[in-house]
Amino acid sequence: MKKAGYVKRFSPVERLLHWVNALGFFYLLATGLILYLPRLSVLVSRRQLIQSIHFWGGVGWLGALGLVLLLGGRRLLATARELETYDQDDLRWLRGRRAPQGRFNAGQKVNAALTAAFTILFGVSGLLLWFGEQDTRFRFASTVILHDGLMYVSLVLLVGHLYLALIHPSTRHALRGITLGDVRVEWARRHHAKWTPPGDDRIVS
Amino acid sequence: MDPPRASDHRNQPHRFGRGVFLATVAGGLTSLFWGKTAWDHVTGVISPVASTLAPILPTGGWRIYTISGHMPVFDQATWRLQIGGLVEQPTSLDYATLLRLPRVEQVSDFHCVTGWSVKNVHWGGVRLHDVLAAARPLASAHALEFVSMEQPYVDSLTLQQASLQDVMLAYEMDGKPLPREHGAPVRLVIPEMYGYKNVKWLQGINLVPQVEPGYWEQLGYDQDAWVGRSNGYGT
Repeated sequence: MKKAGYVKRFSPVERLLHWVNALGFFYLLATGLILYLPRLSVLVSRRQLIQSIHFWGGVGWLGALGLVLLLGGRRLLATARELETYDQDDLRWLRGRRAPQGRFNAGQKVNAALTAAFTILFGVSGLLLWFGEQDTRFRFASTVILHDGLMYVSLVLLVGHLYLALIHPSTRHALRGITLGDVRVEWARRHHAKWTPPGDDRIVS
Repeated sequence: MDPPRASDHRNQPHRFGRGVFLATVAGGLTSLFWGKTAWDHVTGVISPVASTLAPILPTGGWRIYTISGHMPVFDQATWRLQIGGLVEQPTSLDYATLLRLPRVEQVSDFHCVTGWSVKNVHWGGVRLHDVLAAARPLASAHALEFVSMEQPYVDSLTLQQASLQDVMLAYEMDGKPLPREHGAPVRLVIPEMYGYKNVKWLQGINLVPQVEPGYWEQLGYDQDAWVGRSNGYGT
């Protein structure tokens, strides 16, 4: 449904993918930290149980992401193509210059590529940790370092992401887009000029 | 989807995102083979910085593994270290008696079989022969079985392994009484072997004719857990 002054930014399946990913990440972060931080491990002191709910939660997360990707099909493929494509303006933007941006700015594109790669790496290293405990063929000296390192880098990305989405005054309107789907036209024109050209028929003024 | 625009080559959009994604996945997967070496190198280079940071970092590098539903609680009133099996005189030490035995300190590294290590741990405690002396082991004993308060965790060392000079029972770690999560009140420390041999929450030592598979050995881990030379490493 079109609403005066607003333009649709994210489709339902795009939002679903975002929130399934976000929910899974926070679940795994919380259960993972209990396994990781000695102080929390004393408070909870049930490692076997936490390990199981962390692992099976991770399996469920990857499964749910897979389902959303299947559900999204071609629509999400088109989104992926948008995300992986950088034009000259994107490259200028990444060098810290002002440049008009499309529906995703270049920082969001980099974040999306890293997040997708990290999901795969979290999954592979998590499976190796789980099966490595039972069989030396799956055991590598660096699996733990990879899994933990991904956590630290993801946390840095997450803090930046949350700052821009919740706190920074000029960008936090984007939160409306990822929850309700639409954003204010004048905000979109300022931040995503190439995506909201004047006279766009998606926009009801 | 937009048809490709026929502008000059420089302005063509590029699919860099795919490259970033694939390079990150490839880098991450290959790091399974170089990650630890690189990390050891980095922490080696910045070890003065790391040792300054360690006290404020949340983990200090440790990860706490338990095998049962409940982490054992040390109660000084009821805790005893039972020495039994092939001995002339089964004995039982309380915490105060343990602390009165000749005290030793050492700084050694701790390596976990899953790949993490903690460098320069400062241990305080006692040597095994001082603990076993009063019980007078029999000549028929060739191994030691260490029994944890966390059941059913046990592990064994041959007498020869147990007599390595930096094997100890530690009741202090980094200047403080051994914390609960590290095995309070006392744990075995054998730096040459992976962490699963360093039994936590000790409550008993039995002298036995030969080593028997312990908790992790029954799950397929090596009996002789030499750091860097067992469990699929360095072979």
